Amino acid sequence: MTATGVPGTLRRTGAALAGGGSGTVYALLALVFAVVFAINPSFAQPPSLLAFAQQAAPLVVLAVGQYLVIVAGELDLSVGSLVGAQVVIAARLIDGQESATLPVLLLMVAFGAAVGLVNGLVTTVLKVPSIIATLGMMLVLYGAVRLWTGGAPTGALSEAFRTAGRGDAVELPLLGGVPWALLIAAAAGAAAVALMRAPQGRTLVAVGDNATAAAFSGARVWRVRTLAFVGSGVLATLAAILIGGFAGVTAQVGEGLEFSAITAVVLGGVVLGGGRGTVVAAIGGALAVEALFTLFNQLYLPSTIQPAVQGLIIIAAVAYASRERSRRSPRAPADAGGPEKSPREEV
Amino acid sequence: MTGTAQAPLLRMRGVGKSFLGVPVLRDVDLQVRAGEVHALVGENGAGKSTLMKILAGVHRADAGTVELGGARVDFDHPVRAREAGVATVFQEFNLLPERTVAENVFLGREPRGRGLRAGVDARAMEEETGRLLEELGLTALSPRTPVRALSVAEQQIVEVVKAMAQSARIITMDEPTAALAGAEVELLYRLVRRLQERGTAVLYVSHRLQEIFDLSDRITVLKDGALAGTVDTGATGHAGLIRMMVGRPVSAVFPPKAEGTRTGGVRLEVSGGGNRWLDGIDLRVRAGEIVGLAGLQGSGRTEVAHALFGIDRFTRGELRIDGERVAVRSPRRAVRSGLALVSEDRKTQGLALHRSVLDNGRLVLDAVMPLRSRERARRLPGLFSSLELVARSPAQEVRFLSGGNQQKVVLAKWLAAAPSVVVLDEPTRGIDVGAKHAVYTLVRRLAAEGAAIVLISSELPEVIGLADRVLVLRDGRIAGELPGGAAEESVMGLAVGAAPARAGGEADR
Repeated sequence: MTATGVPGTLRRTGAALAGGGSGTVYALLALVFAVVFAINPSFAQPPSLLAFAQQAAPLVVLAVGQYLVIVAGELDLSVGSLVGAQVVIAARLIDGQESATLPVLLLMVAFGAAVGLVNGLVTTVLKVPSIIATLGMMLVLYGAVRLWTGGAPTGALSEAFRTAGRGDAVELPLLGGVPWALLIAAAAGAAAVALMRAPQGRTLVAVGDNATAAAFSGARVWRVRTLAFVGSGVLATLAAILIGGFAGVTAQVGEGLEFSAITAVVLGGVVLGGGRGTVVAAIGGALAVEALFTLFNQLYLPSTIQPAVQGLIIIAAVAYASRERSRRSPRAPADAGGPEKSPREEV
Repeated sequence: MTGTAQAPLLRMRGVGKSFLGVPVLRDVDLQVRAGEVHALVGENGAGKSTLMKILAGVHRADAGTVELGGARVDFDHPVRAREAGVATVFQEFNLLPERTVAENVFLGREPRGRGLRAGVDARAMEEETGRLLEELGLTALSPRTPVRALSVAEQQIVEVVKAMAQSARIITMDEPTAALAGAEVELLYRLVRRLQERGTAVLYVSHRLQEIFDLSDRITVLKDGALAGTVDTGATGHAGLIRMMVGRPVSAVFPPKAEGTRTGGVRLEVSGGGNRWLDGIDLRVRAGEIVGLAGLQGSGRTEVAHALFGIDRFTRGELRIDGERVAVRSPRRAVRSGLALVSEDRKTQGLALHRSVLDNGRLVLDAVMPLRSRERARRLPGLFSSLELVARSPAQEVRFLSGGNQQKVVLAKWLAAAPSVVVLDEPTRGIDVGAKHAVYTLVRRLAAEGAAIVLISSELPEVIGLADRVLVLRDGRIAGELPGGAAEESVMGLAVGAAPARAGGEADR
């Protein structure tokens, strides 16, 4: 337990900025914001920032859900389709009646949890790799919704329903209206941080790192992973409520969101395969992705550039992480030259 | 000993290596002669692996020179080292399980036919592999067997044959017996001696002193990254070598029973336990008692541990803990019933390697008793220090710890749950002398505190020296019981099913 000293601290800070671990994402976030502010100084005003927060909230919520699944060593590709399905279900069942809002919300949460449960059980009990299980779920939801609605969504959301996504909770002096979406996303983030600090959260990460060791320590691996999928399904539902309120009902709603969420999480330094990374970094990743999209808008780039950029980010972030990993862990790590003396530490 | 007169095959002089400014090797000299078995020993962290990796071209030395056959070499890539005749057999093998022995031996260098038979010349590969196997006296192994069908020992042979096929002049073996036991170790001994007869030098890295004395001609000892000395094996003994490694004499290898150890009531009782691999297992362990389980690899030792712990549970018979009948269907139930299992392979079964020391210490508490986790985790710092864990901080990731310190984290993880029955499966495998001593002391202390201990080990002296009673397993059944301190020959006799112990191998230890 030796002190690292000033050079070590400097080196680590530099390394964090240059890329490696979750430090990168905060550096990127700051950089993107700096560029946005430079192009458009008025963006630094509280109303613009709060509007940004409102817009980013659904992705933050989705990233938290995706984080739970990825850190446990799995992947959830069904969240985009689930968001779309939930919005369409809400519109059709509520059909403009205010009184139907609460029952339908409860039904949506139950449906989201059920989808997560199926994803989880298919992955853990039927042993279908989660990338395939949730890809299947994505197609099932996509097809089922179109079958049910006949191709075009019908009905309408109630005003109460839409408040969460587009309304303000309080009006503050100087700042202006604070959107519900910001508070909801912050609450979801805080709950996730609390979970990850609790024994259950630590077990979740341990399962992602080494499922055998976790099982031999008494963890019910199948249950832990299934619950992660349920969490992802419920959070996708929450995101659907925000998105439905913010953007309304269209046939395309939710499309591609699973990739935005995965991009956010891997950008946050949460390694695919599980066991590493923090939920705060995943949230940072979601904000960075959203900030990047804002920057593209400021630059008047076509919105069609977004998927391409996301794809590049996913590949680059994962390539970087695996390069780091292979460099850090030598092939025969047993008795690797006295690790308490050789400082192969976080670099 | 051959080749004493000629110049050494390998001469490393003044080798130094630092990682990020911290020296791990300083001014190390190593000379290996052709046809010599040269042991490289030292505690974990002494720099053995780094030295090996410099030789193998994985790392480059910062200082010093390496000469091979009189010519100066500087390998910047493992492939260069291999081409120059330096082969390394790592603990983890690099074999393709679905390919045959011959295909693995010639992987990447397959001989090709001509004309119409321009593809890979399978017959030439198999013939050449067969010839090499024959040269090693291993005619039982077919070049056409897929590697997945081979035992660990046989896979090791394939690695060695692969090295021979690349005309290696020096073969480095890193803890080659770590995964072997009994007869398999003898096979390795024979293999090493054959290599020696062929004039191939063997650099043998091991923690097991007995092997070093059985096999090596000379021993080089590293301590804290520096050379402690090179000695002729015949001119030193166990005690002397341990002194060189740790720089202090180890008083007694096995600590005596802790004061106040009293044997109490039966805590663990198995009657007629059996499953796919086991049959008729009767086992009674009292509070304060250490029962050893001995037997050859594959005799069912680990299977007993796994059955007790609900990983591959007993499908027949009865299991009682503290007199109460329990159905241990899963590790979780086992933990709830007061059992702990220090499993055989700490990297794949014991630790979440990318998690911190503290998180790993809390693993069992978090997974099984989340509501009491915080309160019980307060014991961990005390446990870490009583185990003399060396880590930079409790937040350090366990993959950066040495094997011995990793094992201490595993032990702390279980102790935090305050188990009443502790099963230890190969608790000292691949860890250094100091850490072994810490494990032995801990086992004694747990017994003194009233836990029932089941100790499984392939190192006979360990079982005999620590256990009050030794049960010997053979083919999934209990072959017999011996008192603690019994002769190794009698244990081996029961293990192999022959009353008088055989000559050679384990028996003459």
